[in-house]
Amino acid sequence: MNKRTTVQEAVSHVKDGDVLMIGGFLQGGCPETLVKALVETQVKDLTIVSNDTGTVELNTIKLQQQGRVKKVYATYIGANPETGRMVIEKPASVELNPQGTLAERIRAAGAGIAAFLTPVGVKTIVERGRDTVMHNGREYLFEEALHGDVAFVRATIVDEHGNCFMRGTTKNFNAIMPAACKYVVVEAEKIVPAGELDPELVTVPGIFIDAIVEAEG
Amino acid sequence: MDKKTFIAKRVAQELRDGYVVNLGIGLPTMVANFVPKGMHVTFQAENGMLGVGPAPEPGSEDKDYINAGGAHVTALPGAVFFDSATSFGIIRGGHVDMTVLGALQVDKTGNLANWMVPGKKVPGMGGAMDLVVGAKRVIVAMEHTAKGNHKILEECSFPLTAASVVDRIITDLAVIDVTEDGLVLREVAEGVTPEDVQAATGAPLTVDPNLKVMHVEE
Repeated sequence: MNKRTTVQEAVSHVKDGDVLMIGGFLQGGCPETLVKALVETQVKDLTIVSNDTGTVELNTIKLQQQGRVKKVYATYIGANPETGRMVIEKPASVELNPQGTLAERIRAAGAGIAAFLTPVGVKTIVERGRDTVMHNGREYLFEEALHGDVAFVRATIVDEHGNCFMRGTTKNFNAIMPAACKYVVVEAEKIVPAGELDPELVTVPGIFIDAIVEAEG
Repeated sequence: MDKKTFIAKRVAQELRDGYVVNLGIGLPTMVANFVPKGMHVTFQAENGMLGVGPAPEPGSEDKDYINAGGAHVTALPGAVFFDSATSFGIIRGGHVDMTVLGALQVDKTGNLANWMVPGKKVPGMGGAMDLVVGAKRVIVAMEHTAKGNHKILEECSFPLTAASVVDRIITDLAVIDVTEDGLVLREVAEGVTPEDVQAATGAPLTVDPNLKVMHVEE
């Protein structure tokens, strides 16, 4: 089993209308090799799930500038003025979730949990369009799992089975998006043969990974 | 001493040995510089780290070690890294002892508005809603007024970050607790009277009979 492929082949799995999850937190641990290659394709009508949709130095904003993103799920968008513009021009095109809620919705999708109750967002505008549920005397929001078609994530070391080691604070959303998506591409700073990555130090089991590409930078 | 340093030093007096603490961006981040000597406090970065250390020396930054503001950090001995779902499990699950955040508005019932000004650019709430709901103790650290306008109010007019979550407000003028009976003035800055604080506050204050003067080390 060797999941290695080219960047172009990997990004060709993203189709018009897909929900694409992109790992990373601001400039930390972003799968920029993959997003940059996606910009070179013609794919459009994307729904992007990302903590912050990156910064002006990164590539997600280029997809937006080209009008290829129809919807965004994020928690913080202060570093990406294009997402800010989407909010102003078409408020329904950006769904802002509390960070823990977005993370848990993704985790739930990968773990077979359909929905969950969280106290976060009660009595705020996050309540809009959501049911509130009383449980043991406390009010909660009903939050649904968030699934994706494709995930782009980044890892420090990946073995040929797809087992990933994500160093430091690069785990962020990179470690939880793979299980929530049908097709998952990881860009690796270093690719090693199976057996060389200590199984005790695997951040993401390789069964969630479909394709491995080498990171450019 | 400038106002922000004064506030940060007073907030640092709220720390206790063994605490897990999450500091917001801006003024709250300065609190880490004033941990009392001999006290061990573990700082969390909600993007996935416990044991956040000081900023690295220029030239020795590690691209894989950043905080929730995107700034480079170091890892102290005993630090640990994890994904965002685990990080917010720590927060939402009540495993953070104290969080310190800034505010646009706070009201007498402890409602907090700190993420959005209507009509202005919307940056998103990030992890603020999770933090104030999940942390055991929520401290608001801010300048008492904004260009003379009240920030401590009868009722927040900006969209809320969360309802009834703030425990204590620490400003350049005062320390105020949010209680079931409303706002209680616990401390005033040197040279400031309770009347001065009341005038700068948009909600009624009850003065603690044991009112103290805020004291920080130079």
